[in-house]
Amino acid sequence: MMQITERDTRGAAVEAEMREPVLATHDVGVRYDETKVALSGVNLEFAAGEVTSLIGPSGCGKSTFLRCLNLMNREIPHCHIDGEIVYDGHNINTPDENLYELRQSIGMVFQIPNPFRKSIRDNITFAPRCHGIKDKKRLDEIVETSLVKAALWDEVKDKLDKSAYALSGGQRQRLCIARTLAMNPKVVLMDEPCSALDPIATFSIEDTIGQIAGEGISVIIVTHNIEQAARISDKTAYFLLGEVVEWGDTDAVFSDPKDKRTQDYLTGRFG
Amino acid sequence: MASDIKAQVSRAKREDKIATGILMAIVAFIFILLAALIVYIIASGAQKAFDPSFLTGKPEQFKEGGGIGPELFNSFYLLVLTMIISVPLSLGAAIYLVEYAPGNRVTHIIKTVIEVLSSLPSIVVGLFGFLLFVIYFGWGFSIISGAFALTIFNIPLLVRVIQQALESVPTTQRDAGLALGLTRWETTIHILLPTAMPAIITGIILSAGRVFGEAAALIYTAGQSAPMLDFTCLDFSSPTCPWNIFRPAETLAVHIWKINSEGVVPDLAAISNGTAAVLMICVLLFNLIARFVGKRVGKKLVAE
Repeated sequence: MMQITERDTRGAAVEAEMREPVLATHDVGVRYDETKVALSGVNLEFAAGEVTSLIGPSGCGKSTFLRCLNLMNREIPHCHIDGEIVYDGHNINTPDENLYELRQSIGMVFQIPNPFRKSIRDNITFAPRCHGIKDKKRLDEIVETSLVKAALWDEVKDKLDKSAYALSGGQRQRLCIARTLAMNPKVVLMDEPCSALDPIATFSIEDTIGQIAGEGISVIIVTHNIEQAARISDKTAYFLLGEVVEWGDTDAVFSDPKDKRTQDYLTGRFG
Repeated sequence: MASDIKAQVSRAKREDKIATGILMAIVAFIFILLAALIVYIIASGAQKAFDPSFLTGKPEQFKEGGGIGPELFNSFYLLVLTMIISVPLSLGAAIYLVEYAPGNRVTHIIKTVIEVLSSLPSIVVGLFGFLLFVIYFGWGFSIISGAFALTIFNIPLLVRVIQQALESVPTTQRDAGLALGLTRWETTIHILLPTAMPAIITGIILSAGRVFGEAAALIYTAGQSAPMLDFTCLDFSSPTCPWNIFRPAETLAVHIWKINSEGVVPDLAAISNGTAAVLMICVLLFNLIARFVGKRVGKKLVAE
């Protein structure tokens, strides 16, 4: 219950900017080998400062959809993305979209924590340095602010030069979130970020998600955990067999699902 | 019922014991065989192998007491040259095959060709090198011909080792790099290669051991004569200049082959045993170094 109240107050604070979506999809679909359809006709909108959960049974296309949003599916051979993905006022699903710039402003956190085999500091500064930030002071600033935002600073500030692999699973995942935040993203995509973590680490990640949404970042999270979706998200989309069956405010989807199939899934009769 | 299960459990236990026993016997047999071989080679050549005048001395054609100075130097020089040529080529090929190549027929064919090449008999590589480098390119029996022949011999193995090292880096690391807006190249150079580096270095050093001991590929390329080397000579076209890459250069392994097939020196057996021991010790050292360096680099890269 506490989480929900917290979310509501924060929700009110960013209410004003919630109207205009930062990211929207029009009729997005995914095909493999031109013919195998994994996903079709997805129309969703994501606003700044809002957390959206994508829920649904395994293989329903929610992760596939998530990987469309930063065009990661382009890295998979024979995978084809259809439809329009509108970010920052233009369609990014075009052949000449600059992937490298796009992925800085639409970050991604993966299911298994995957820090680089480098020190904690280098994990965060590595990408900014590749993108041309050389100033040592500036990099130190980035390290601190992104670790603070990811709620990891207090735990690691004395061992920034230790290996990222000396951290626990939950800390590694927060480091991955910090690494993404170092790029100043507008949108953060999370692909089941807690499924490899224990309950305590999961709660700390959920806190972090609330914090970064409070910064005005749009968070889109795929989760298998329905309770988690209810706890942390403002909006929820229910995926089934490659389509969105239901999408709306989390409270509405959970308390009064419009579609019979959503109801079945949420009450555990299926999935 | 209960006695049935008991009987089954005790049978399973007995089978497990028998299998363990057989496997241990096989391992013991292989170990003893190899250890005996190594001990025999080193023991029979030890007297020569640790004698500095043998290690640095001039080889003799007809009288006793010849050394293997030039051969020892040639072996290392050839090894270094071969590695300078083959490591970058293999690295490039492996990176392309693992990170860039589309998963289509052509890539598949290339991979198969590399596998076939890695089992090509080295004498065939040697004769090919003889035709191409020695005769067609006109380089004669020379270090550079030998180095290229060894490169052909070494590349398939090295490509496979590096390929495997890169493939063993989890896909999640690639995803992490790409999702941060890095290019495939940046991801490969700064994330995948460092992670794979311990395995790559181990592979390179192990392949160095193989190259170091290779004879057949060199007989018709680097030649079978070892002119005495003058280390003060800086005239790169002189046959006595050690660094001249167009001089013939017999290596340790070729020396063993030659002395046994057409040698007329009286202390033939002693020289042959001594050379074999030196070769063996070098290869053993390569293996030990490979392990040590691999571990050290691994620790360094994960910042521990």
